[in-house]
Amino acid sequence: MSLADLLKQKQSAILERWLNLILDTYPGDASVFLKKQKNRFANPVGYTLTREVDVLFQVLLAEIDSETLSTSLDNIIRIRSVQEFSPSQAVGFIFFLKRAIREELDGEILEDALSGELLEIESRIDRLALTAFDSYMKCRERLHKARSNELKRKTNIIISRFTSPDSQPGQENEAE
Amino acid sequence: MKALFSLIFVIILMLLVFAGVTGAGMHYIFGVVVPYIAIFAFLAGFIYRVIRWARSPVPFRITTTCGQQKSLPWIKNNRLENPDNWFAVVGRMLLEILFFRSLFRNTKTELKSGPKLVYGSNKYLWIGSLAFHWTFLIIFIRHFRFFTEPVPFIISLIEQMDSFFQIGLPIIYITDAVILGALTFLLLRRLLDSRIRYISLHADYIPLFLLLSIACTGVWMRYFEKVDVISIKQLSLGLFSFNPPGTELLSGIGVMFFIHLFLVSFLIAYLPLSKLMHMGGVFLSPTRNLANNNRIKRHVNPWNYDVKTHTYMEWEDEFRDVMKEAGMPLEKE
Amino acid sequence: MSDETPKPEALVKVDYKPPRKGWMDTKPDISRGNINWAAIPKSVEYLGLPYPRKWSPTDDDWQLPENWKEIILEGLRERLSKYRSLQLFMDICVRCGACADKCHFYIGSGDPKNMPVLRAELLRAVYRKEFTLAGKIMGKIAGGRELTIDVIKEWYYYFFQCTECRRCSVFCPYGIDTAEITMIGRELLSLIGIGIDWIVTPVANCFRTGNHLGVQPHGFQDSIDFAVDDLKDIIGFKVDAPVNKKGAEVLFIVPSADYFGDPHYFGLLGYMMLFHEIGLDYTFSAYASEGGNFGLFHSHEMMKILNAKIYHEAERLGVKWILGGECGHMWRVLNQYMDTMNGPADFLEVPVSPMTGTRFENTRTTKMVHITEFTSDLIKNNKLKLDKSRNDHWRITFHDSCNPARAMGILEEPRYIIRNVAENFFEMPENTIREETFCCGGGAGLGTDENLEMRMRGGLPRANAVKYVHDKYGVNVLTCMCAIDKAVLPTLMEYWVPGVEVGSIHELVGNALIMKGEKERIVDLRNEPLPGKEAVKDV
Repeated sequence: MSLADLLKQKQSAILERWLNLILDTYPGDASVFLKKQKNRFANPVGYTLTREVDVLFQVLLAEIDSETLSTSLDNIIRIRSVQEFSPSQAVGFIFFLKRAIREELDGEILEDALSGELLEIESRIDRLALTAFDSYMKCRERLHKARSNELKRKTNIIISRFTSPDSQPGQENEAE
Repeated sequence: MKALFSLIFVIILMLLVFAGVTGAGMHYIFGVVVPYIAIFAFLAGFIYRVIRWARSPVPFRITTTCGQQKSLPWIKNNRLENPDNWFAVVGRMLLEILFFRSLFRNTKTELKSGPKLVYGSNKYLWIGSLAFHWTFLIIFIRHFRFFTEPVPFIISLIEQMDSFFQIGLPIIYITDAVILGALTFLLLRRLLDSRIRYISLHADYIPLFLLLSIACTGVWMRYFEKVDVISIKQLSLGLFSFNPPGTELLSGIGVMFFIHLFLVSFLIAYLPLSKLMHMGGVFLSPTRNLANNNRIKRHVNPWNYDVKTHTYMEWEDEFRDVMKEAGMPLEKE
Repeated sequence: MSDETPKPEALVKVDYKPPRKGWMDTKPDISRGNINWAAIPKSVEYLGLPYPRKWSPTDDDWQLPENWKEIILEGLRERLSKYRSLQLFMDICVRCGACADKCHFYIGSGDPKNMPVLRAELLRAVYRKEFTLAGKIMGKIAGGRELTIDVIKEWYYYFFQCTECRRCSVFCPYGIDTAEITMIGRELLSLIGIGIDWIVTPVANCFRTGNHLGVQPHGFQDSIDFAVDDLKDIIGFKVDAPVNKKGAEVLFIVPSADYFGDPHYFGLLGYMMLFHEIGLDYTFSAYASEGGNFGLFHSHEMMKILNAKIYHEAERLGVKWILGGECGHMWRVLNQYMDTMNGPADFLEVPVSPMTGTRFENTRTTKMVHITEFTSDLIKNNKLKLDKSRNDHWRITFHDSCNPARAMGILEEPRYIIRNVAENFFEMPENTIREETFCCGGGAGLGTDENLEMRMRGGLPRANAVKYVHDKYGVNVLTCMCAIDKAVLPTLMEYWVPGVEVGSIHELVGNALIMKGEKERIVDLRNEPLPGKEAVKDV
């Protein structure tokens, strides 16, 4: 059996492993809450992760276009880039998939001499990680843009007065 | 670890009684002295705690509102979730104390794959705690047949209802089964849900193990190793009339009874020191037992004191010039 | 969860099940993005608060007074005897866990100490150690914890990571209110000179000038004048907007962000249009130019000090009653504290709407009416001419702000107004609105810049519910009636749900309101073309 077939066959087991590895990056017992609480609104983090790792896995099996990939990555990364993670931790979860695959398919890979195919899959995972990094940077940029817009909003009304034609300069605002 | 420690602690308590009664013949100590001490400790401790709460005033009316306020006459207000007077507060408190309203609220929207919204709920905690508290109350009342002679009708009635589903002999009480189930659930929840385990202290496990042991020893005496009920009733009547029987009568009662009695004594003596005081505290919680009628009826803070504020005149003094320039009205030109 | 970057292989080889320590043995990660900066000495000094100094929470040494422990314990002892709530909440929690997953910060961060029960345990553990017999004798076994500098740092970290939204209190079988615990916790910290700048500096500003922003009286007058001018461009004439007018019937109090912030400002325009149209005899005040009260986030005493100016000004101006604008925590103070702290306001009359004759019986003692109570009464009595189609470009949802929902219960009035001024209204899912509403993540003085990441995490549950209605119904505006919401929700939306704006109830009212003598309205209050008027606007 080819590795691709194996991956498809063992999909749910691999995904579960991967998800658990990701959830375990959360502190203390957060992971249990994230795994258990199935409510989308009460547990947006767990919900998003569960849904999106599935999509990412399909990408890996090359069944989904790149736009879906970036949306899906973005959904995860957007959460992780405002949690208490360093950048490497925020995107490092992609690499956990390697471990999940190896652990799940250890025997088969040796038996069927699939290491060549495995290398191929693993380099796809590496590419995924690079895309994740792009996505992380985008999220941080979005955050900084939101930050500067927030600052602007605080003073927007004042600034618009001094720039609008019929405002009267000379009446200074002393807001601190 | 905390659970294990608590379990061992309760086991040690039981062994202590076993050794004391069977080895050292301390029937009188465990049958008479300990219960008296426990009741005294309970009363003193309970009163102390309640007085301590009552002595702290309620400076502000900080009701947590869970429904529409009373405002305009054509807007229907939710009196039980947002009471506007004393009467409605009583209703809210009754719902809370008798039916654990807030735990019942633990509802949520489930998202089944689809994506489809389904309104489900998480009522296990509510059912478990409601089952425990109610059966505990019934069992407590049922025990009055040991303390009263003749047994009042109402207690016999409760007993009859409790054994409604009679399966063989002796009569099986529904409450015995329910309380064991409920306590086991509450314990397992604490042990298996790692989130709850994380927040649990020794003080959370000890009451559970105590209650479980009390229930188990009670069930054991009733269904498996019959004890001398007549003597027990004589003892309890004697205790209540401050005329306790002597060692002679006590030594005829099985050791299991003394274990049961000691654990109960320990529980009630420990109660005022523990979180079990919630049985008194629930009545006093200011977020629940006050009406949300601050704008209707003045609430007085007994320790309200004057503070240094920035008065209008001080403020005008500081800004008079700029105000004048802007043509704003002034108190003093 | 630390700052240093692990090597890639270390990341992959990391032990996924670290030996779990009890919560008493872990320390918080005090780093940028997760904390708020310390109060600057100037503001601390101005308010006469203890231990002004330059320090940062990221320092190892917080330069606390030598006897800090004594001060804290004495402060706690005093508050236990003054607040039954505190005494009771210290004693009766059974750690049932019902509150655990109800906190937006817990849901967004997963940090177990953000569970309300543990936030309170931070204080409770010290209480047990120092104030209960069992704790004194048995220490840790009785759930006691030694008060150390690290515990103080943890208090700082978690008491300034609670927005006092009271959602947990709704689910607690004993009504234990974490807001109360947080408020007392912050008071205690303030005793040893620990406070955050985003709270202390606005408080200092408010004490001096009358509002958090530090706007001086002439600046306030300018703001109102500018608003009148801006409105003239839209409706074609100048509305009356008196400031500090003696003998007016009604004193109108708004949060200061209403006249400076975007999108608050559009709500202010809405109020002014409304009052002009119905001919209300009202006045703004440049002295009581702040309805909000950051004192609430600092201490009970500070709350009282700042709140005092409202009644004081009402008495000076000789008004009959007071009307309050859209604001969240402002209304918690007005509803639950004002009369007790600074009343009785017996120089005022029971509010009666001059237009409808409705007597607001529910405000008999406080004499202060919420703007949505006032407006919904006007609408009910057909006093307003409204054109709903002017809000057709909005697909609206409504966010219940924490304090109006859980410290007041003002749920129907805003919905009634929205339904009467606009067509397209969609509710968010059931367990995210009304008394179960999720916080914006920036309440209680946490709407700062430096903790943006924390706010984004804390706001995730709210944003997530908005995203749901955005995807499903095409919702493009999140309305709310809270100044803090209006300041932080736009950022939250920009990050999580781009394409959703934030607006006021009275912005929608202003859009829909048909005014006598108005020119043809081609733009809404944001100066954007009204539906169907795009071509006209471009000319």
